[in-house]
Amino acid sequence: MIDKRVETIEAALDGIGDGSSILVSGFGGTGIAFALIRALENMTARDLTLILNGIRFVDGVAPRIFGDRRVSKVICSAARSRGRDTSIYERQWLDGELDIEMVPQGTFAERIRAGGAGVQAFYTPTAAGTQLGEGKEVREFNGKTCVLETAITADFALIRAARADRWGNVRFRGAQGNFGLAMAMAARTTVIETGAATDDPIEPDGIHIPGIYVQRVIELEDASPSNAGGL
Amino acid sequence: MQPLSRHQIAWRAAQDLLEGTYVNLGLGMPLLVANYKPADRELMFHSENGIVGVGPLATENEIDTDFVDAGSQMITLRPGAALFDSSQAFAMIRGGHLDVTLLGGFEVSASGDLANWDAKMTHKGQLVGGAMDLVTGAKSVRITMQHTTKDGAARLVETCSYPLTGVGVVDRVYTDLAVVDVTGDGFVVREILDGLPRDELQARSGATLAFAEDCGVLTAPDVGAG
Repeated sequence: MIDKRVETIEAALDGIGDGSSILVSGFGGTGIAFALIRALENMTARDLTLILNGIRFVDGVAPRIFGDRRVSKVICSAARSRGRDTSIYERQWLDGELDIEMVPQGTFAERIRAGGAGVQAFYTPTAAGTQLGEGKEVREFNGKTCVLETAITADFALIRAARADRWGNVRFRGAQGNFGLAMAMAARTTVIETGAATDDPIEPDGIHIPGIYVQRVIELEDASPSNAGGL
Repeated sequence: MQPLSRHQIAWRAAQDLLEGTYVNLGLGMPLLVANYKPADRELMFHSENGIVGVGPLATENEIDTDFVDAGSQMITLRPGAALFDSSQAFAMIRGGHLDVTLLGGFEVSASGDLANWDAKMTHKGQLVGGAMDLVTGAKSVRITMQHTTKDGAARLVETCSYPLTGVGVVDRVYTDLAVVDVTGDGFVVREILDGLPRDELQARSGATLAFAEDCGVLTAPDVGAG
């Protein structure tokens, strides 16, 4: 019998260690596996690569992940903290201790989707002629100057969803989905955090992530801070 | 007439959004544009976190934290809305399905280059978001911005001094003083603020302005708080 549900956070995050790469879904406070991110903060794994749209929501709920210098690289489209002050991760970047690869958000989503779909690289006009296109192979298609972008895959993906069934099928609500499907495709181990991990199957035509992309499901209450949209 | 307020610039940009179009509004002044959509037109607002059909901001008893826009604001959906994932949201943008993107700007060059993502802050991290995708993918790229900086420096320039968001991408610029198109021959003023002499507008611009034969008067009703 297929049952991807795990009972403990330890089992959900088993295998994350030094040098692991982790895709973290979420946008605007929704679709974020806050409980798993807080659990990651309490682990000791170092030299992590985090792949996420914006850094500040992770730093906002689990500040020791960066504070303890456990991240060596971030791939993201937004690396600015709130307000005027320089955050710890911005300081690490300015001092050359943290590598931040800045990626246009659509290229970010497509590199991850490509990784999950077996496409090794693709050409896009986005970022051509800009600082973020520098150093990339350039080629012209249909009169458009394009840059070559390579796919992203990772060891783990952490995703929050409204519901998952024991087969790992996932359903989102509202704008919860964001990077979830692409990240589930691109990770070797995808972990779904949900408030409802059900025995009953989700209606087949109402599934947002097919269970084939999902390895683990854990039922956990939403640990989002009340102002998560502002993180 | 006084230079247009931020709300009046947004009002002016809203008048050019045609019936039935799909539009993405950037953070800041462009988001105000939704407030001034002509009442008789049905528009679909796209949000790059996975929404077409963004409605008004949620009121206190409508708030649902799973319904947010690209600016992390709690929103409602309008009839006909659709929800999808980020890859789809950007396929719409990059695949040329979006009619209009309205964005803020630091500088626009006479050849249509846009600089709007990196203010070169020395103590803060960078943030690019979806701007580079929007300017290369949308059918029409329109910018709302003040005509000059607070110090009076021109924002319509020959060559951008800030890092570029896109090369040769801008179609139209709405400022507090004028509506300016970017053409193959450089800037062409379509409307100029009521009472502002042409040489004065030119003096506040960093590149040569041509004036359309039918160059009109830029006016806006007294909208918003300013």
